[in-house]
Amino acid sequence: MVRWDMNIINNKNIFCIPVLKMITLFAVVLASMATRFYKLSEPEHVCWDETHFGKMGSYYINRTFFFDVHPPLGKMLIGLSGVLSGYDGTFAFDKPGDSYNDKTYVGMRAFCALLGSAIAPLSFLTVLELTQSIPAGILAAAFIICDTGCLTLSQYILLDPILLFFIALSTYCLVKFYSVSHKPFHLSWWLWMAATGFSLACAFSVKFVGLFIILLAGATTVQDLWGLLGELTLTKMTLFRHLLARVVCLIFLPGLVYLIIFAVHLQVLNASGPGDAHFSSQFQSSLLGNNLYNTSMPRDVAYGSVITLRNHRAGGGLLHSHMHLYPEGFGPKQQQITTYSYKDENNNWLIKRADVEHDPSRPIQFVTHGDYVRLEHIQTARNLHSHEEPAPLTKQHFQVSGYGINGSGDMNDIWQVELINQNAGVRIQTVLSKIKLIHYNTGCVLYTSAKWLPKWGFEQREVTCNPDTRDSNSLWNVEDHVNPRLPNLSFQVLAPSFLEKFIESHIVMLQGNSELKPKAGEITSQPWQWPINYKGQLFSGGVKAAYTVYLLGNPIIFVGNLICLTVFLVLYVIWALLEKRGCTLTPKMKERCHSTFGVCCFLFIGWFFHYAPFYTMRRVLYFHHYFPAMLFNSMLSGVLLDFIFQLVEDFFSAKSRVNIYNSSIVISLSIIAHSFYLFHPLSYGITTSSFNTTSNMAGLHWMDSWEF
Amino acid sequence: MKPSAIFSLKVEINVVLLGLTLMSFVMRMWRLEEPRGVVFDEFHFGKFINLYLRRTFFFDIHPPLGKLLLAGAGYLTDTNASFPFDRIGDDYPCDFPIWHLRFLPALCGSLLVPLVYLIMAEVGYSHWTALLAASLVLFDNALITQSRFILLDTILLFFTFFALLSFLKFRKIDRCFSLSWWLWMTSLGVSMTCAISVKYSSICTVSLICLIVVYDFWQLIGVKTLSLKTLLCHFLARLSLLNIFPLLMYIGIFWIHLSVLSKAGPHDNQMTSAFSASLEGGLSLITKGQPLSVVYGSQVTLRHTHNQMCWLHSHNQNYPFIYETGRGSSGQQQVTCYGFKDENNWWIVKDPRSSFIGVRDISKRIKNGDIVQLVHGKTGRVLNSHDVAAPMSPHFMEVSGYIDYNITIPEQSLWKVIILNAETEGDTWKALSSHVRFLHLNTSQYLRVTAQQLPAWGFFQFEVATDRGIQHEDNVWNVEEHQYAKVSETGDAVVDCQHVEPFDEGNILTFWGKFMELQMKMLTKSFEIQFEHRYRSSPLDWPLTQRGIAYWIHMESNMQIYLLGNPVTWCTATVCIPVFITILISLVIRRRRKCQDLTEDDWNRLVLTSVIFLGGWALNYLPYFLMERTLFLHHYLPALLCKIMLLAATCEWIHILILRTSAQRSIFTALVVVFFSSVLAAWHNLMPFTYGHTALTAEEIVSTKWMDTWAFLIQR
Repeated sequence: MVRWDMNIINNKNIFCIPVLKMITLFAVVLASMATRFYKLSEPEHVCWDETHFGKMGSYYINRTFFFDVHPPLGKMLIGLSGVLSGYDGTFAFDKPGDSYNDKTYVGMRAFCALLGSAIAPLSFLTVLELTQSIPAGILAAAFIICDTGCLTLSQYILLDPILLFFIALSTYCLVKFYSVSHKPFHLSWWLWMAATGFSLACAFSVKFVGLFIILLAGATTVQDLWGLLGELTLTKMTLFRHLLARVVCLIFLPGLVYLIIFAVHLQVLNASGPGDAHFSSQFQSSLLGNNLYNTSMPRDVAYGSVITLRNHRAGGGLLHSHMHLYPEGFGPKQQQITTYSYKDENNNWLIKRADVEHDPSRPIQFVTHGDYVRLEHIQTARNLHSHEEPAPLTKQHFQVSGYGINGSGDMNDIWQVELINQNAGVRIQTVLSKIKLIHYNTGCVLYTSAKWLPKWGFEQREVTCNPDTRDSNSLWNVEDHVNPRLPNLSFQVLAPSFLEKFIESHIVMLQGNSELKPKAGEITSQPWQWPINYKGQLFSGGVKAAYTVYLLGNPIIFVGNLICLTVFLVLYVIWALLEKRGCTLTPKMKERCHSTFGVCCFLFIGWFFHYAPFYTMRRVLYFHHYFPAMLFNSMLSGVLLDFIFQLVEDFFSAKSRVNIYNSSIVISLSIIAHSFYLFHPLSYGITTSSFNTTSNMAGLHWMDSWEF
Repeated sequence: MKPSAIFSLKVEINVVLLGLTLMSFVMRMWRLEEPRGVVFDEFHFGKFINLYLRRTFFFDIHPPLGKLLLAGAGYLTDTNASFPFDRIGDDYPCDFPIWHLRFLPALCGSLLVPLVYLIMAEVGYSHWTALLAASLVLFDNALITQSRFILLDTILLFFTFFALLSFLKFRKIDRCFSLSWWLWMTSLGVSMTCAISVKYSSICTVSLICLIVVYDFWQLIGVKTLSLKTLLCHFLARLSLLNIFPLLMYIGIFWIHLSVLSKAGPHDNQMTSAFSASLEGGLSLITKGQPLSVVYGSQVTLRHTHNQMCWLHSHNQNYPFIYETGRGSSGQQQVTCYGFKDENNWWIVKDPRSSFIGVRDISKRIKNGDIVQLVHGKTGRVLNSHDVAAPMSPHFMEVSGYIDYNITIPEQSLWKVIILNAETEGDTWKALSSHVRFLHLNTSQYLRVTAQQLPAWGFFQFEVATDRGIQHEDNVWNVEEHQYAKVSETGDAVVDCQHVEPFDEGNILTFWGKFMELQMKMLTKSFEIQFEHRYRSSPLDWPLTQRGIAYWIHMESNMQIYLLGNPVTWCTATVCIPVFITILISLVIRRRRKCQDLTEDDWNRLVLTSVIFLGGWALNYLPYFLMERTLFLHHYLPALLCKIMLLAATCEWIHILILRTSAQRSIFTALVVVFFSSVLAAWHNLMPFTYGHTALTAEEIVSTKWMDTWAFLIQR
C-alpha cells in the first residue's frame, strides 16, 4: 500500500514569504506567456490537427451539426474565442498546409496559447502548495516552460492545451483542497472542493482522457475518507456528512457541469450538417435544414416507394449496398450489403411486392404489417437476399447479400415486414414505424452487428440475418421516402428528449473511438516510445519544406524527467526498507523524507495514471498523449531535485551551505534554459533540414528516429 | 478426548477425500474411449501429437509442455502417427489407443477435485465447506467434459492449482529451512513453471502467488529479530527456487521440444531462413553445401526476414501507367514480394563498377557498407528506385526493374548493403545468417515490404517500396538460397564451385538463437490471432453459462457432446461474488472503526480468501475483456474454480457471521442442501450432452434447452 500525505506543511522555510511568492509567480507567468506567444502567428497556414479542431470551431460558429469522438467543451471554447476575436467561421480548414490568407485565426491560437501559458504557473503553485519551497516550484515550472513539446502543443488550435490546462487546474484545486482539510466544512473547504469538481468536469468534457485525472482525484478521496474512517473521535454523523459532501461536490456537481456543457452543445448546433447521418432519424428531425425537420414526405409507405432504411440501434447506419462482392472465404461471392453512416445514393431501396412483378402503373397499394416484400437496390438492381450460409464476421448468423439481375431473383429474396405490437392491416409509416424484416425461407431477421468489415468492405458495418428474431438490434425504420404518386405531408416526428440525445451522442462517440484503430501495416506511436522522446510528430513542413515545426520534447528535460523518476523509485525503495528495518534517522531527516516522499508518491501516481492505461488501449495513439503524464513527471522532478539539493547541503559543512543549495538550483535552471535555447527551433521553426550544416538545428539530430 | 477418537476422526476425513477422489475418477473416466471420433480441438492436439511422433517441426503460440506430455502418452503406447485428424467427427480406427491418449487429461481433471478440497482445508475452512467446494467441482459438467478429451485445459488447471496448494502448504510451515519447507517451495517452483509451460494464461494465477510471496517477504523484513544474514538466506532461497530454477526449467522444456522436433515440416516458412535451415530436410537440403559468403556474381534469393514470409520477386510485367486512383507510375517492370518459391525470385549481386555478372574472385567478399546492384535473374532488369510514388502506398517510393524508355527517368540502381548483425555474425555478408538492409543511394531510403497487397495487375503479391524510416523490421532481408554464377559470357575464368567453403550447418543457429526466435514469435503472434469461430463467445456470456460449445455430434443420431457448465453452480457462484464483496467491505469498515467482529486468525483467513479466491477470479477473468483474440468458454475454467471455492467460503462466512440462532443456521444448512440437490439434478439432466452416451430425440433436446442461447445441434 502506497501512502501519501499532503497535509504536512513546513512553514519554517525561509523562502516562505508572500511577497517573494508573488514576485516569483509573476516571473513564471511572464516567462510562460513570453515563450507561448512568441511567433504565435507562424506558420501562417493550417498545421496538423488544426484542420479538425479549427473546422469544428467554425461549425460551432455556423451552428452546423457535426460528429466528433471528443466531448464538446474544448471545441466550443475554440469556437467562442473565434467569435470574440472576430473570426467569422468561413475558413474551410480543408487540409494541413492551407494558407489562412487574411482570415483572423490568431485569436483562436492566442486563446489556446493563453490556456497553455497557465499550465506552468499552475504547476508552480501546486508544487509550492505541496512543498512550501519556492525553488522546487521554479524548477517544476522551468521544466514545463522550457519543454519544446509543451510549447509546440500550446501554440496551435488544438484541444491539448485546453486539456492540459484543466488537468493542471484540477490538480491545483485538489492540492489546495487537501491543504485546507484541517478545517472541514469551512467556506474555503467547500469552495476548493467545488472548484476541484468543476475543473475535473471541464477536463473530462475536453477529452475522455480527462478520466485519468478523475481517477487520481478519486483515489486520493478514497485514501482521505479511509483516514477519516480511522479517526474514532469522529461520529458516524460527521463521517456521513464528509461522505455526502464529497458525493455532492465530486460526483454530482461534475456530472451536472458535464450535462450542462452537452446541453449547450446540442443547443448551439441546431442546423443540419455533416454529422447528421451518424444519428437516428428522430435525432435528425430536430436539426434545422435536415429533410426530416418539419418533415414533408409521403407518410405511408406504398409499393413502388424509394426508401432508405435506418437501423434502430444507437449509432446504427443506413442499409447500404455497392457494386462489390464478398471476397473468397466470406461465404458465397455475392454483392455486399452493409450499413453506412453517411447519406449516399447507394442507400436507396425500392420496395416491391413479393408475389407479382413490379409495375409502376398499378394502383397505389400501401405496405402493411405482415406483407411479403422484396427490396431492390436502386443503383445495382439487385434484391436483398439471404441464405443459410455463415455471415462474413458473425458466423452464427446467415449471410445477407444482393442477388438477382434487374430486380428478378428467387425465393430467398422474400422478406416479411413486421411492425412491433401491431395487427395486420396497419400501414408502415415513414420514421415513425419500427419494423423488422423477417426472411421468409429461413425465418431469420435482418440485423446489423456493430462489427466493422475489413478493408474489402470499406470499413462499413456488417449486415447479417439473425436466427434469434427477438434481438433488439434488428429494428429498422424508414428514414427517407420518395414516391411521386403520393402527396407530401407534413407530420410531426417525436423529437427525442435531451437525455435521449445525450445518451445517443455518447454511444455514437464511443463507437467512433473504437473505430480509430490502426490500419494494417500502419506504423503507430507506441507508449514505450514516449518517455524516451523516441519519435515526435510533424506539425508543419516536411522533408523539402524550408520551415518545419516538429513536436518533440526537449531531450534534456525528458532525460532529466526520466532520471528523476528512476532516482525517486530507488530512493523510495531504500527509504521504505530502512523504515521497515527500523533504522534510526534524525527526526528532522525523517520528517523531511516522509513529507517529500508523500508528495512524490502523489505525483508519481498522477504520472502513472496518465501513462499506464495507454498500454491497454487498442486505438491509434500519438506522442502528444504523453503530455499530461509529462506534467506530473515535471512536478515530481522539481520536488525531488529540491529535496536532493537540500540533502547535499545538509551533508556538507555548515559554512558553505547556502552556496551549494543555491548554486545547484541556479546551475539546473541554466542547463534547462540552455537546452531550451538549443532546441527552440523545434517549436519556432527549423529553417532547413538538419543534415544541412546551415540549419539552426545542425548537429542536434541526436536520434536517428527523429524525422525532421 | 481419547486417542482413539482422534484416530477415528482422521480416518473419516481421509475417507471423504478418498471417496471424492474415487468418484472423480469414475466420473471422468467412465467410457473414456467414447465417442470414438475426433472431438473438437482433439483435431489440433492430435495433429500436434502426430508431429511430435514424427519429429516434425511445427509452430504453435502455446508453449510446449502440455503437448509434449500428450505426445509422451502417444509415444509410450506406440501410437502410429498415421491417423490424420482431418476433421472433427472422423472415427478413430479400431487399433487407435484413444483411451491412453485421453487418460492424462482425465487424470489431471480427476485430481482437481481432491486439490480443491485440500486447498479449502489449507486456507482454514471446515471440512464441510471443503466438501461442498469439491463436490461442486465434481458435479460440474464443463469440467467433466473438458477432462475427457485430448485437451490441455485440465493439465493447465491441475498445475495451476497444485502450485496454489504448494504455496499454501509452504506458507503454513513455521520452521523455516526445514525439509518440508524446501520441498513445498520446490514443488511451488516446479508446478508454477509447468503451468506456464502449458499455457501462458496461467501467468495470472502465478503472478498472484508471486505477489503474495513478495508481500510475505516484505513482512519478514520487518521482523527485527531476524539478522540480515538470515534475511539474505531467505531471499536467496526464494530467488533460486522461485525464479532461477523455473527459468532454467522453462528453457529446458523448450530444449526438449526443439531437440524432439528436428525435422522440417509445414511450418518452416513461418520461421526465419536460418531457423528452417537448421532443421533436417526442407531448406537445409537446398542450403547444404551452398557457399557461405556473398561475393559479386552471387546468385541469391532474398527473403523478407520478419513478419510477412515472402521473397523479393520480379516478373515480366510492368506497372500500369495509370493506377485506378488516377496516379501515374513509371511504367517500368514490377518488383514485388512473393510468398512462394519461384524461379523469378533469383537475383544476381552485381558489382556496379563492372558489367560482368559472373563471379571473378570468390575471396572478395561483400562487406558491410559495400555498394551493389541487384540484377533480376530471368529478365535481367536492374533493381531500381526513384522519386515516383509507390502503387499502393503513395508516401513511399516505387521500386522497379529498370527499363530505359529514353525519357527523363535515369537509372538509380545503386544499393548500399548494411549488415544489421555485423557484430555477432561478422562484417561480411553471409547467406542465411546475415540480416541486411538495402539503402538506396540516390534517395537515402530503405528497401521494404509494405503491408499492402497489389491488385490483380500485380497478381495479389505484396508491394515493395522504399521508405525513409529505418527503425522497423519490414526492411530487413536475408539471403536464403545462394550459388555462384557458373557461366561466364565474356570468357572470363569460371569459378570452380568445388573450392568454395562448405556451408557449416552446425553453426547456423544455436539452441539459444532458436529459443529466442521461437519465444519472440510466440509472444508477437498471440496478439495477432483473430479469427471468427462459430462457437466463440464473449466474456460476458461466461458467468451465467449463456453460451456453450458444440464439441461433437454423431453422424446419424442426435448423440452429441456440448460443453456447458452446470448452470446452477455457475449462476449461484456468480451471485456469491457481490455477496462476498459486500460482507468483505462491511467487515473492513467495521474493523477500521475498531469493532472487533473477528479474531485475528479469522481476519487473516478472510484476507487470504479474498486475495486468493476473489483476486484469483478477477485476475483470471477480467483481463479477457481487454483481449481482442477469439475467446472460448473454456478460457473461463480457472476463474470458475476460484469462483466455486469462493461460493463455499461465502457459505461458511454467512454461517458463522450473519446467522446468530441455531434455527437460522439449520434453515441455512437446509438451503445449502436444497441447492446441492438442484446442482445434482442439473448435472443429471445435462449428462447426455456431457458424456454423449445417449441419443436424445429432438423434443427432449428442445426441452433441455433452458436458455435460448444454448445452441444444441439437432439432426434433421
